[in-house]
Amino acid sequence: MFRVTRRYQFSASHRLHAPQLSDEENRRLYGKCNNPFGHGHNYVVEVSARGPVDRASGRAVDVEKLDEFVRRQVLQPFDHRNLNEDVNSFQGLSPTSENLLVEISRRLKQNWSEAFPDEWPRLDKIRIAETPRNIFEMENHEIG
Amino acid sequence: MLITRRVEFSASHMCRQPLLSDQENARLYGEAANPHGHGHNYVVEVSLEGSPDPVTGMVLDLKELKDILNREVVAPYDHRFLNYEVPPFDWVVPTTENIARDIWERLDAHVSGPRHRLRAVRVYETPDLYVDYFGEQPGEPTCSA
Repeated sequence: MFRVTRRYQFSASHRLHAPQLSDEENRRLYGKCNNPFGHGHNYVVEVSARGPVDRASGRAVDVEKLDEFVRRQVLQPFDHRNLNEDVNSFQGLSPTSENLLVEISRRLKQNWSEAFPDEWPRLDKIRIAETPRNIFEMENHEIG
Repeated sequence: MLITRRVEFSASHMCRQPLLSDQENARLYGEAANPHGHGHNYVVEVSLEGSPDPVTGMVLDLKELKDILNREVVAPYDHRFLNYEVPPFDWVVPTTENIARDIWERLDAHVSGPRHRLRAVRVYETPDLYVDYFGEQPGEPTCSA
């Protein structure tokens, strides 16, 4: 069994702010990430797909197809955007990396069969790095 | 626990199925089908699963693992044109998947013992594209169609 992983990047701004909490509580909870003007990151996203090798091509995943799928589902809607303002799911939801990971994983899992309608390859794992030091990951079975 | 050693080699390859036409190969593999080949700095991470020996405190001496990787993988692969010089790539297309599987097959007998076994071979073709191979897994086919 093979797992093929492809690494992508997008740059976006966000502000961590939980609408259920007061301004003072948000400042205390999120610190500088609560700056009202927001701030940005170069996010790195790794998408892993799992499957057997196709005998004819010698490949487990058509990487060009994966690139096109991730571009449509994630990079185009998120790159050079303000996550709080430009992405519907973050209306009223703090765009922490955990919530961003859940959103990216949900988009990829829900629409996976558009790009890969056959039994294999299957989505296996998503990993996002907000900075090189802060990393978040989910496996397929954890994605709702 | 897992222990991992990383080695690098540089090699050229091309992705072409001899039974397909130039046009079909170009459609299937894109730029990688260029008949003159092209190259990569491959990075290989080999992970063993095991428990530390109570006397030495080591699963397997990483220096010994390094020597095995250099002898079994780097020596035959480094600065070679895989399709022409490194079997089985005279007949198996050297995709990253097939390279990972070949490395697994070259290493398995040398690194699996009573105290440790080969768990994963990771091959980076570029920093943005890598493949993990976990060997034959029950219930999960290694090849399809």
